[in-house]
Amino acid sequence: MLELSGIAKSFGSTPVLRGVDLSIEEGEFVAVVGPSGCGKSTLLRLVAGLETADEGTVSIDGHEAGDLPPKARDVAMVFQSYALYPHMTVEQNMALPLVMRQLTRVERLPWVRRFSRGVAEKRAAIRATVRETAELVAMTPYLDRKPKQLSGGQRQRVALARALVRKPKLFLLDEPLSNLDASLRASTRTEIVDLQKRLGITTVFVTHDQVEAMTMASRIVVLMEGAVVQTGSPQELYEAPTDIRVARFIGSPAINIVAGRVDAGFLRMSGISQIIGRVDKADGVVQVGVRPEQVTLGNIGPGRIAATVRHKEFLGSEVLLHVELAGPGTPFVARYAVDGPSPPVGAAVGLTLKTDRVLLFDAAGQLLPVGISDLSSMRHDATLAEAVG
Amino acid sequence: MLAWPFVLPFLIGLIVFLVVPCIGVVVLALTDWQLGDSAIRFAGLKNFVQLISDDVFRRSFTNTMLYAAMVTPVSVVLGLWLAVTVERSSIGRAFFRSAFFLPVVSTTVAMAVVWEFLLHPALGPVNALMSLMGLPRHVFLNDVRTVLPTLAAIGIWENAGYNMVLFIAGLKAIPNDLYDAAAVDGAERPWERFWTVTLPLLGPTLLFVIIISFLRSFRVFETVASITQGGPQFASEVVLYTIYREGFVYFHVGYASALTVVFVALLLILTVVKFRLIDRSVHYQ
Repeated sequence: MLELSGIAKSFGSTPVLRGVDLSIEEGEFVAVVGPSGCGKSTLLRLVAGLETADEGTVSIDGHEAGDLPPKARDVAMVFQSYALYPHMTVEQNMALPLVMRQLTRVERLPWVRRFSRGVAEKRAAIRATVRETAELVAMTPYLDRKPKQLSGGQRQRVALARALVRKPKLFLLDEPLSNLDASLRASTRTEIVDLQKRLGITTVFVTHDQVEAMTMASRIVVLMEGAVVQTGSPQELYEAPTDIRVARFIGSPAINIVAGRVDAGFLRMSGISQIIGRVDKADGVVQVGVRPEQVTLGNIGPGRIAATVRHKEFLGSEVLLHVELAGPGTPFVARYAVDGPSPPVGAAVGLTLKTDRVLLFDAAGQLLPVGISDLSSMRHDATLAEAVG
Repeated sequence: MLAWPFVLPFLIGLIVFLVVPCIGVVVLALTDWQLGDSAIRFAGLKNFVQLISDDVFRRSFTNTMLYAAMVTPVSVVLGLWLAVTVERSSIGRAFFRSAFFLPVVSTTVAMAVVWEFLLHPALGPVNALMSLMGLPRHVFLNDVRTVLPTLAAIGIWENAGYNMVLFIAGLKAIPNDLYDAAAVDGAERPWERFWTVTLPLLGPTLLFVIIISFLRSFRVFETVASITQGGPQFASEVVLYTIYREGFVYFHVGYASALTVVFVALLLILTVVKFRLIDRSVHYQ
């Protein structure tokens, strides 16, 4: 449906996109996510035809679209600012894409419909389509209002409706939720997903908010410093990030990354004598990634990593404990989902990691495809005593 | 109480330099005082009665209206066109902006001398060009039919740059997203973009520029005073020049004051009417 290959784009001497390849299937809902300045909006504008690529090709529906103007691409876009025409009513805003496409320059003149039955019929058809689409986003009662008389959420619906009214091949959304307040954002998320499912329009959604991407998209493209770092389902990105930057970016609260070492096949965090597990990897420096929910908190004890509670965040269903690992004093976040009181600030606790879920990255930040096995499963290993000793 | 020391300096200035002179003009308009007279006699509405039947005033009022009718629309449209064109051009934006704004910052009287030379029947390049093209030489500023349009052309040259700057300020306030949205929605030809986004969003600026241009053209004086002195045969006589001559050449201060009062009143009425008419079709953000 949408095929990008080798897209590069610079503004002046600043490269924004460096060779982006991306392929999106018919009907897919893809989120392009990345920190601000990663080039994701530029990528979307390239697809829309608002920018031209320095290198690479864009093809929509099998047709090369690199040199086509926006109008000829049959794409619709929702802007972060909504970009509603302030002098037009909601109805006129929504009708504009149809008027521009279905009426000739002469037919668009305001008085022509009085003289030509053809034009009057076309206008009536446009009006019907607009009403139908307004119904879809529950904006029918507001058709006569101007954008400034609407709330932020309503404006956002109008922007959506204006984009959907002509049933485009491709639906592009550029951070459409970032101007809404938190509660509205959550409900709008579901609405957009519902709408997309019902209409089946291929959608590309750009956001800097990984939660939005995770909750809405069927596939996520992580863009960083102008290049695609990883593409995959939300679960894939969360559980097997190929790059440490993806691991850091996806997930809230953020993953704990701690420096570590592999020594004679045993993995340790630096400065801590406690062994995390056994790894089938040559000795060297590694980075250890542990999601906060993959930590179990208990009393200090053998086989547990000693830490001190420094700060607590109460989130209702769970408590986030910010602890400091004994020894190097590395900050670490653990999720505490057990009923009952959580350890007080200042308390000494023992951490147990779900060894098989710990992620290992090499010094350059690439995921190491090695399993970590629990020490308990090899208590009787001859080397164990040696290693611990 | 504390506020007074802060307000007072401004208030005194306002009263001394604005309120008192205004009242003074209205009062003088009701007398037949001439500059230098030791006695002032109350003349009632005599000055105003005289004014109605004054051919020179009627002529100068008509000329001023004609002048404004030529200068206002052309300088507004030209200013808008210049602003849109200059802002869209990729090269020499600063150069064009300053070049078109130059007439505004330069002294009109000095520029009038330049125009007089340009249009000179024997020495001027304009006539040289015309004779090159086989056209007869023309004394633009000394012909009853061409003198007012010629002055209007100078007025347009002077006002268009000023209007351009105001329009550029207005253009800068239009969010780029709207142009992008318009392009995606199908309005991508320059003309369509102009009608869909630029012109409607420039509405308030346009209203302001029309009113300002009208007022500025109604106040035409320097070019008339320095080039034609209202001639030939009162063909370029404008209201401000009539007032100036009555007051400072003939020293008919009372009569000049009456002319001023009428002039200001007419200006005010025309502005209000214009504002009401245009304001209805302007969209404010």
